[in-house]
Amino acid sequence: MTEATAETQELTMAQAIREAIAEEMRRDPAVFVMGEDVAEAGTPFKVLSGLVEEFGVGRVLDTPISEPGFTGMGVGAAMTGRRPVVDIMFGDFLGLVMDQVANQAAKVHYMSGGKLSVPLTIRTTMGATRRSAAQHSQSLHAWVSHIPGLKVALPSTPCDAKGLMKSAIRDNSPVVFFEDKMNYQQRGPVPVGEYTIPLGAADIKRKGRDVTLIATSSMVLVALEAAELLAAEGIECEVVDPRTTVPLDRKTLVDSVRRTSRAVVIDEGHRSYGVGAELAAVVAEEAFYFLDAPVRRLGALDVPIPFSPVLEDLTVPTATSLAKTVRDLCGRS
Amino acid sequence: MSNNQPQAAATSAEVQPDWLAAYRKMVTIRLFEDRVNDLYQRKVMPGLAHLSSGEEAVAVGVCSVLGDQDYITSTHRGHGHCLAKGAAPDRMFAELLGKAAGYCGGKGGSMHIADQERGNLGANAIVGGALGIATGAGLSIKQRGSDQVAVSFIGDGALGQGVLYEVMNMASLWKLPVIYVCENNLYGEYTAGSETVAGSPLDRAGAFGIPATEVDGQDIRAVHAASQQSVERARSGAGPSFLLCSTYRYFGHHVGDVDRGYYRSREEEMFWRTERDPIKLAATWLVADGAADQGLLDQIEQDVGRELDQAVEFAVAAAYPELDQVGTDVFGD
Repeated sequence: MTEATAETQELTMAQAIREAIAEEMRRDPAVFVMGEDVAEAGTPFKVLSGLVEEFGVGRVLDTPISEPGFTGMGVGAAMTGRRPVVDIMFGDFLGLVMDQVANQAAKVHYMSGGKLSVPLTIRTTMGATRRSAAQHSQSLHAWVSHIPGLKVALPSTPCDAKGLMKSAIRDNSPVVFFEDKMNYQQRGPVPVGEYTIPLGAADIKRKGRDVTLIATSSMVLVALEAAELLAAEGIECEVVDPRTTVPLDRKTLVDSVRRTSRAVVIDEGHRSYGVGAELAAVVAEEAFYFLDAPVRRLGALDVPIPFSPVLEDLTVPTATSLAKTVRDLCGRS
Repeated sequence: MSNNQPQAAATSAEVQPDWLAAYRKMVTIRLFEDRVNDLYQRKVMPGLAHLSSGEEAVAVGVCSVLGDQDYITSTHRGHGHCLAKGAAPDRMFAELLGKAAGYCGGKGGSMHIADQERGNLGANAIVGGALGIATGAGLSIKQRGSDQVAVSFIGDGALGQGVLYEVMNMASLWKLPVIYVCENNLYGEYTAGSETVAGSPLDRAGAFGIPATEVDGQDIRAVHAASQQSVERARSGAGPSFLLCSTYRYFGHHVGDVDRGYYRSREEEMFWRTERDPIKLAATWLVADGAADQGLLDQIEQDVGRELDQAVEFAVAAAYPELDQVGTDVFGD
């Protein structure tokens, strides 16, 4: 973190993200926002409320419902002197834009031998349990994390969200920025004044000696809740938040596991072939001889997210399910 | 066909190009592609080669009204666009052979050549893949208040891509300075357009309120005149236009597509080569108008051939990239 002040204010994650974008738009006239219902509506989650009033419709562009078209235009605008912040309303809609993201944005810099750059930020959402069913609840950050050339951020706190968003907008690579819908109203301390958080720096959210919980996005909150439960039982968890999957701060993750000798990875993507698998593999490769037990993974069940609340709640890791996994791992069950 | 001609008549500001220079450029493209074919057949060139022979008048006619500051996006059949926009053959051949001296350091190859100094935002190996980029460049131009224009070359195959209709909609809504140049060479890969395109392509653009014009793509004067109207419209802030240029590719979809009798006849190919060749047609009227005699045109062909042979020699002798280049340019600086 740079230039952080001791003074803080309480903001929701939505407010923190809005502040980050507004500050960057004031700082750099090349920054603009485009997407569906971003202007007067301020997005369905009201994350961008007030931006159009300050910056006008020339810099806060309501688009038609044409995700591939306006995402592709974001790529082109980024290649020609702009810094677009493209809004993909739900992460599930990444399915519509993957050619623009994976074949165009991600590859332009490399294919051109470094001559062309794509300073593009794509904001989108992740996270289930809003009763939004299978096409509005997925956490698809693994898709973009798999494509070289894209950076991927998934903040867990208002403070991180603001600092990472400012870095994303200033970055000269395309950055896909995942916001967990369930976290938008979560409040937290945010430093007053200018600061950024670099992409590629993990953060230890809680210190502990017995087991490392590597958690992403809203699963950090789950991990902290589980750590609280387990502390009462005498198990001290260290909670490590990578904050970005690309670049990945392997060192902080691995160093933590080398200290604790046990690791659980908690990520809301589907458990198979996902970010959780990658994080677990990093630990297995680089901390194997320090491990007292196999690395465990918790993720969303490998099913489409069901609508019925009683079914949906079964699909994502909870503090209870995580605590049980940790007890098993520590031989305390 | 509907007549969606631009309302603005050709103005007195119309600049007559140097037709001999345009002729020389067409010859350059033809002889360049002949050498690509030869390099490929001799297995000096790796990968895929999609030749634009027969389509020279579209590339040169359109680019004759553009400056270095104007943008183009190109296609997998893009050598002609790149040369017409001003790229040097030696560095192009080097790129085609995967050499460090190539425009993209050998990382792009035939299907991804970009030349940002002359506004070429890159060839694209996804059909219609650059439509968003070109339209986004148009948005960038408008936001910056510049008088540049952006041209998106596409093939008739791209008429099947939904993103075309998304970006034309936005380009028309926002009056972006974009010109969609559709090279209708009658075949998308190995299938005739008559099997894949319903209704009228001009009507498709017209449905978005975009002036659409059918142009004889083998007549460089016709392409030049239509392009000039479109560029004037774009620079004046009136918005996008669509040019449907009828043309023909002499070779197959790619160099390896030799036995193509199942989708088009030798008679049809011979007709276009003998009766509709853009270089022969230009030579005929250049001589008839007294702008050149056959001796001069022969001399041009000899000079260009010699230059291209030197360019090939340069590329063949050029060094491959250092192996450490495999990991550079993944992310922006």
